[in-house]
Amino acid sequence: MTLIGWAQIALVFALIVICAYPLGLYIARVLAGDKVLLSPVLAPVERGLYSLAGIDPRQGMGWMGYAVALLLLNALHFLLLYAMLRLQFYLPFNPQGMVGMSPTLAFNTAMSFVTNTNWQAYAGEGALSYGSQMFGLTVHNFLSAATGIAAAAAVARAFAAGGVKELGNFWADLTRITLYLLLPLAIVVGAALLLMGVPMTLSAYVDATTLEGAKQTIALGPVAFQEAIKLLGTNGGGFFNANSAHPFENPNAISNVLEIFSLVVIPFSLPFFFGKIVGDLRQGVALFAVMAIFAVGFVAFAYAAEAANPLLTALGVDPSMGNMEGKEVRFGTAMSILFAVMTTGTSCGAVNMMHDSMMPLAGLVPLFQMQLGEVTPGGVGSGLYAMLVFALISVFVAGLMVGRTPEYLGKKIQAKEVKLAMLSVLILCLSILGGTAVSIVLPVATASLANAGPHGLSEMLYAYTSATANNGSAFAGLSADTPWLDITLALAMLFGRFAYLVPVLAIAGSLAAKPKLPPSAGSFPTHGPLFVGLMVGVIVIIGGLQFMPALSLGPLAEHVSMLANTTF
Amino acid sequence: MNAATSRVDAISLFEPNILVRALGDAAKKLNPLQLIRNPVIFTTEIVAALTTFLGVRNLVIGEPAGFAIAIAIWLWLTVLFATFAEAVAEGRGRARAESLRRARTDTMAKLLLRPDDRALFKPTPATQLQVDDLVLVEAGDLIPSDGDVTEGVASVNESAITGESAPVIRESGGDRSAVTGGTTVVSDWLVVRITAAPGSTFIDRMIRLVEGAERRKTPNEIALDILLAGMTIIFLIAVVALEPMSIYSGTLLSVPVEAALLVCLIPTTIGGLLSAIGIAGMDRLVRFNVMATSGRAVEAAGDVDILLLDKTGTITFGNRMASSFVPVPGVEERELAEAAVLASLGDETPEGRSILAYARRYEIVAELPQGAVVVPFTATTRVSGLDHAGNSWRKGAVDSMLKLTGQGSAPIALGQAAVALVPSVVPAAFTQAVERIARSGGTPLAVAYNGRLMGVIELKDIVKPDIRDRFAALRRMGIRTVMVTGDNRITAAAIATEAGVDDFIAEATPQDKLAYIRKVQAEGRLVAMCGDGTNDAPALAQADVGVAMQTGTQAAREAGNMVDLDSDPTKLIEIVEIGKQLLITRGSLTTFSIANDVSKYFAILPAIFVASYPGLGIMNVMRLSTPQSAIMSAVIFNALIIVALVPLALRGVTFRPVGASALLRRNLLVYGVGGLIAPFIGIKLIDMLLTVLGLV
Repeated sequence: MTLIGWAQIALVFALIVICAYPLGLYIARVLAGDKVLLSPVLAPVERGLYSLAGIDPRQGMGWMGYAVALLLLNALHFLLLYAMLRLQFYLPFNPQGMVGMSPTLAFNTAMSFVTNTNWQAYAGEGALSYGSQMFGLTVHNFLSAATGIAAAAAVARAFAAGGVKELGNFWADLTRITLYLLLPLAIVVGAALLLMGVPMTLSAYVDATTLEGAKQTIALGPVAFQEAIKLLGTNGGGFFNANSAHPFENPNAISNVLEIFSLVVIPFSLPFFFGKIVGDLRQGVALFAVMAIFAVGFVAFAYAAEAANPLLTALGVDPSMGNMEGKEVRFGTAMSILFAVMTTGTSCGAVNMMHDSMMPLAGLVPLFQMQLGEVTPGGVGSGLYAMLVFALISVFVAGLMVGRTPEYLGKKIQAKEVKLAMLSVLILCLSILGGTAVSIVLPVATASLANAGPHGLSEMLYAYTSATANNGSAFAGLSADTPWLDITLALAMLFGRFAYLVPVLAIAGSLAAKPKLPPSAGSFPTHGPLFVGLMVGVIVIIGGLQFMPALSLGPLAEHVSMLANTTF
Repeated sequence: MNAATSRVDAISLFEPNILVRALGDAAKKLNPLQLIRNPVIFTTEIVAALTTFLGVRNLVIGEPAGFAIAIAIWLWLTVLFATFAEAVAEGRGRARAESLRRARTDTMAKLLLRPDDRALFKPTPATQLQVDDLVLVEAGDLIPSDGDVTEGVASVNESAITGESAPVIRESGGDRSAVTGGTTVVSDWLVVRITAAPGSTFIDRMIRLVEGAERRKTPNEIALDILLAGMTIIFLIAVVALEPMSIYSGTLLSVPVEAALLVCLIPTTIGGLLSAIGIAGMDRLVRFNVMATSGRAVEAAGDVDILLLDKTGTITFGNRMASSFVPVPGVEERELAEAAVLASLGDETPEGRSILAYARRYEIVAELPQGAVVVPFTATTRVSGLDHAGNSWRKGAVDSMLKLTGQGSAPIALGQAAVALVPSVVPAAFTQAVERIARSGGTPLAVAYNGRLMGVIELKDIVKPDIRDRFAALRRMGIRTVMVTGDNRITAAAIATEAGVDDFIAEATPQDKLAYIRKVQAEGRLVAMCGDGTNDAPALAQADVGVAMQTGTQAAREAGNMVDLDSDPTKLIEIVEIGKQLLITRGSLTTFSIANDVSKYFAILPAIFVASYPGLGIMNVMRLSTPQSAIMSAVIFNALIIVALVPLALRGVTFRPVGASALLRRNLLVYGVGGLIAPFIGIKLIDMLLTVLGLV
């Protein structure tokens, strides 16, 4: 911990807060189909796309129609991506002659990118052709991100008006998010990375002779723009295996700050979008505050915990830089920790260091953030709708205390909404704990663990947590490309994404149809510090406490063992 | 809350008879088939049974069984405390039902054989009466069943239902035609057409209500149950998943320990108290002499946004009263008061009496002078007065008085000792005062002495003294009050301003009420109203909370979802408060129960993992003495907290009309933060006690 480190963290936070607010309002205009700065250029393109596909963007969809359109599109894309990964040897843009993926790995990878997880059981530079990277993965980085934001928009609209059946048009939402939000931002960020030296080429890998005279193959590729959407869409699937720790993905300290900024700016802007949509910005500010309290708290905790390893200090290692194991010297402890906390607080999962090498207590933070269902601030779109699920539960638990049956933003919360919200929380819990519990005693799964003891448990827990939360970051240490892990983790991603999303859309459908009750002095106030504090408490207790026993046996046990001179 | 006449005396929270009987009932409620309605407590029972089985098995095969059996005992106690809470709540209702049952004796009814012949009847047991049978009820008879009066007028003692012993008049036709089975005719006779089938009379319904026999879960209870069931499943997953993880970690978890962890984490506190809270809420209404037909209505009362209140009797006293004397120039106020008193001695109406009462502040004693001749007030002349020693005093409605004093037409002779009134000019000040009073919604009365106008008495609707504050309190709770009155707009506006209501409906007809309710309901608001007449019935049925007066017609009583036995329309306000109190109690205990979880982790997790990872002892922030005592203490606390909260669940969390923000801040502090902290202290104390007693 250094003052400079804290100052760097504070600076990046300030940058995010300043940009998130206007961006949120911009997204609200885009999704409403209003004129924005880019309209003169993009509106004709948008109209062209609609007429090409025969879509009327004003045609509203009910929750079921919206969900079916979303699921069908994603299912189709899953099949296409699977086929592409299997057949990449026969497809163009393959200068390295990469062969097709194995069935289980292709299943896992296709699911991973369709669900915005970007869990990578392969090494990009050793397994994928440029064609697969560009037309397979990059396309899905846009699609899965736009899907998430579209779903969040549909949910937000349910709170905006009373007695409506329709949640918007999925195709129009998808098109607008991609055209007006993701593409322009990706072009700007991609260009900046390009300028900082991130490669963007279709030429083959370069063979070099090192100073020691050894032969080295330097992997290249169309990296810069894929890198941009990887972060902006909270996807996280790196071009290279080392992800954002690789100098060709994240060359220097400035690019590192740009990457951290890119991966959280949309998630942090969405509460403001929500406030705008429901016509009460204070509501958005409250949700933003909850996200920010967690994010700041987790960063501070992890950075404080990431002090030098006492066992190494005892051996004479200089402790002044903190725990530098598994980190890039060009980023340092503070900016590595900030990256790690932000990437697991969103559903990004890009990494610029090895999470496996974090101090046990600091390593608990990424795990816990993902287990909370990623609301700190969460993935693009998915963070907002997961947060709204918690808002509903918070209001339901405590709302009765003002002497009225609970309502959030004028919408009564009744048995149906509670049932669906609890179903969502249950699915996360079952997938994470169930998956870990089965695999931790199954020899076919434990064979993949690199470490014994609590660290091994953390590796397994991290894998199912990351997959279910659609994060995709890896703890490292786990050899993930085995048929058992490929398939079960893919299923965890599927549940974590769509088995969560469908109940949430159903809640939206149910709420949209209800009348919007006008607020009065007797209604439960859902803005202001009191509600923010309540939500923080409910998220920890209902979203997080069930993971405490598992976390005790993993990171906590490792921490106390380390203090007792035992390592694993 | 107002002290309303209470039919049943408040039953003490710790009434021994009820508690003893509740213990027996609590044991009966352990039947799993019955308990399955309560997912949290049902789960606890299954876990308790499993732990008992393992404890007994260990005992039989000679393995250490003490810990398992101790855990099992406390788990059973947890279940028993939960069923006990429900049984106590029901027992209090049952005690009230007993007193009602006494009114439902097997009377013999006089069943008329021919509708037009009261002399010809057949004695028939009340229980065999069918709908539309005609019965004769004479002085001293118990009315055999609910019905409508078709013939006759009688005074009826309804104290069996209302607790009010003053008899009420029941007559055929109009709004006073409904009679209730179990009440007694005190004088005269009635022919009653039976309207209730055997077993479904008003008293029968009341008995079933207070006994909770028809209790169904309310919508909010169902939703809360789902939340609690969901949390139970989540923690079940967490505890089951812990087993393989601990096997991997080299910790062997025994089933009793897992059972203890599970039961401590699932929300047993609120799960155990939920139905007791609901029953107690209904019971509070009953104690308040209000019968709700369903728990749903009580919940709706808490949600009400708008109260429709009848002006007369609720906002104002029933009658207009004198509120000031305005003399014309040249007349002293006291002179006018004296004249008014003398002129009003012949006015027996409440208005007339209010003038005498008001004049007392001038220390004028109303005494009839010797030999005076009283001119009584009549509805046709609308004037009263007094003639004495050649002088005449008159007071009355302004237009009548002007005729009298000769301003309008020829003087009218009044009474035996008529004195020709001297015509005089109406002073301008008089006309102005009359206009001002009329404009402000009051009624002006003119006073004349020997034909000369002395001034004006202002009669006003007197707003009840504390009503303004109560409306302000309601407004802080976010509830708008709307006054309904038959008065014209001007009068209504004046009273509305004085009483501090938010809105009013003037010249209101029952159709206006119905239309208003529909309009605000379309805006998404919930409305409560009360009414008694048959023409109120559609509005009562439309309102979210419709409180019918017990004195009202059968149609009104069936249209509403509550009946006020005291027929006091002011009670609408208390009904809303009781509804809110019910919801607040439920929410507070839910928050408390969920917040409790945090401490239990700190008690149990270090206890079960410390063997494998001694360092995890740092999580034992309470410094509990041994792992076993830590687990036992958490389980014991978890069980005892249910009993400890029974009084709160039955009495309800105090409601303060301070607005949602302040209410939330306070309750969140007490039950949320309190719920986080209390168990740390409780578990530590139990642990110390167990250690001192050497039990672990």
